[in-house]
Amino acid sequence: MIFNALLIALREIRRNLTRAFLTVLGIIIGVAAVITMVTLGQGTTSAVKAQIASLGSNLVMLRPGVAFGPMGPPSGIANFSELDATLLAEQVPGIAAVAPIRGSGFATIYQHNARTTQVTGTTPAYFTINKWSLADGRFFGDADQRSGAAVCVIGSTVRKELFGTADPLGQKIRLGTASFEVVGLLVSKGQAGMGDQDDTIVVPLSSMQRRLVGHTTLHDITQISISAQDGTDSTALIASITAFMRARRHLSASQDNDFNVFDTRQIAETLSSSTRMMTTLLAAVAGVSLLVGGIGIMNIMLVSVTERTREIGIRLSIGATAHEVLLQFLVEAITLSCIGGLVGLVLAGGFCWALARLISVPFLFNVQINVIAFAFSAAVGVLFGFAPARRAARLDPIDALRHE
Amino acid sequence: MSVFYSTPLISLRGLTKTYGRGDAAFQALRGIDLSIAPGEFVAVMGPSGSGKSTLMNLLGCLDTPTTGSYRFRDIEVGSLDGDGRALLRRYALGFIFQGFNLLARTSALENVELPLLYSGISRRERQARATAALASVGLPDKLANTPAELSGGQQQRVAIARAIATNPTTLFADEPTGNLDSHTTREVMQLLVELNRTRGITILMVTHDDAVARYAQRVIRVTDGLIASDLATDASDL
Repeated sequence: MIFNALLIALREIRRNLTRAFLTVLGIIIGVAAVITMVTLGQGTTSAVKAQIASLGSNLVMLRPGVAFGPMGPPSGIANFSELDATLLAEQVPGIAAVAPIRGSGFATIYQHNARTTQVTGTTPAYFTINKWSLADGRFFGDADQRSGAAVCVIGSTVRKELFGTADPLGQKIRLGTASFEVVGLLVSKGQAGMGDQDDTIVVPLSSMQRRLVGHTTLHDITQISISAQDGTDSTALIASITAFMRARRHLSASQDNDFNVFDTRQIAETLSSSTRMMTTLLAAVAGVSLLVGGIGIMNIMLVSVTERTREIGIRLSIGATAHEVLLQFLVEAITLSCIGGLVGLVLAGGFCWALARLISVPFLFNVQINVIAFAFSAAVGVLFGFAPARRAARLDPIDALRHE
Repeated sequence: MSVFYSTPLISLRGLTKTYGRGDAAFQALRGIDLSIAPGEFVAVMGPSGSGKSTLMNLLGCLDTPTTGSYRFRDIEVGSLDGDGRALLRRYALGFIFQGFNLLARTSALENVELPLLYSGISRRERQARATAALASVGLPDKLANTPAELSGGQQQRVAIARAIATNPTTLFADEPTGNLDSHTTREVMQLLVELNRTRGITILMVTHDDAVARYAQRVIRVTDGLIASDLATDASDL
């Protein structure tokens, strides 16, 4: 009997394709929206995680100021000194390497190409700690650091913007007022979630101080990158770094930290919890549109019951039972919403694939959300198809036949 | 004819039908006694509001009597529920209406298949029976046409094909020629007479038209909810 009802329902749908299409449009959009939102959201989250993983799993960062964020320290809060970095490495157990960083933005010029780039002045340990690899050339070494050599290593974005397809190795670029020779190219880390990591120029710290900013104060270190020894508990390490720095900065027990220490896991958690929240929010909005789609189905089915009253009368007079009429309309609603769900799935697949390429996040096909969205669309059919179906089944055959 | 009366197909005893309740109650049928034998062709006539439509609805198992007994063969229709009456309509009765009542945008073949669909007959047999029914009403070449592509007379033939596709014992025709001109009226009535004579299908027909009623063997006139007259026609003048 279900098969029979399905056959009758399919004939009805085929008899009025335009109405069927308009009926399921809401479901199509709802399903496609939910799946697209969730899939892209998860793609973004995974891109952010991959990005953070590229920083290294045992990376700990130390910054002046109270809040973790991209902006520099508020005025009145002292930067670190090189001695802070040296003493950290010597005195805090569990630290493998330390790189003091002096960062600043500079106008960067090569021939006719000019842009502003964040220049990082640091020690050679930086490359290991932040897990940079060389695409070509060499890193600068301890000798460059000691002599304050005018050499730099550039990221792939800088290379592309300044040199295009030309070979930058051995070329001189102008940073601010000084000229630096490009000795190395970094392997790209990609960009997503945290800005473009490849838009960077790395120079020896001493060169930064002598040639670019001037070594006017001992406290000119804006960040210290620390790598933990393998097997070190990062929570304990952060605690001992915090205690050490509080002592170094002479903070009394009543004063809050005027610096912050965080590891990559914390960044990962912060960023992925915010992308997760965005994903949930967008999926909820899309879910509402799915619900609205369901109401659309109910609306059109109710109208269609009225419009088809005479047809129902004919069916009843030739011997359809009330039960069969109920089943027919219910099956029609469910069939429509399932077709809508399927079309939505296909559309969402296309959207996700195209959008993922457009905003360069990975396209992660999520079976779960596809199943959930489809099941929800079917459930919408049952839920919102029932009221119209019951109304149809309760019609009196004589009244229905008389209906104009 | 009297030989048929010994085993009635339809037998009504003191049948009444009241609509509404209390002061607003209206008694449409006030006690009908009637016997119809298998194979009869009966015309029901009467002015508007006489109760003839109510009588037809009751006979067609679309409605239930208030009091009295309606036996169809050996089934007491008044004791059936909605589903029981639906099954009786599905397997034993056929309906033809004044307005044809075909499904729009649906081919003649699918229209005729419709009642067979509910009987759970296999696709092949369904199509074979529907095709045969359409051939027997003289429309073997209109299987794929929708009602909009057919004339009124052809539409009523499709409706007749739909009504007889299930091989019913009884056909209910409610003003079957009301929307047709005199020429097609004659064609449709001759088709009904033929079905009655060759297949032995019992036909009950409501009509206003004396000329149409003359095709029947027996004319029942209903007035004020009672049978006023019940006469055999001289069917030989056809």
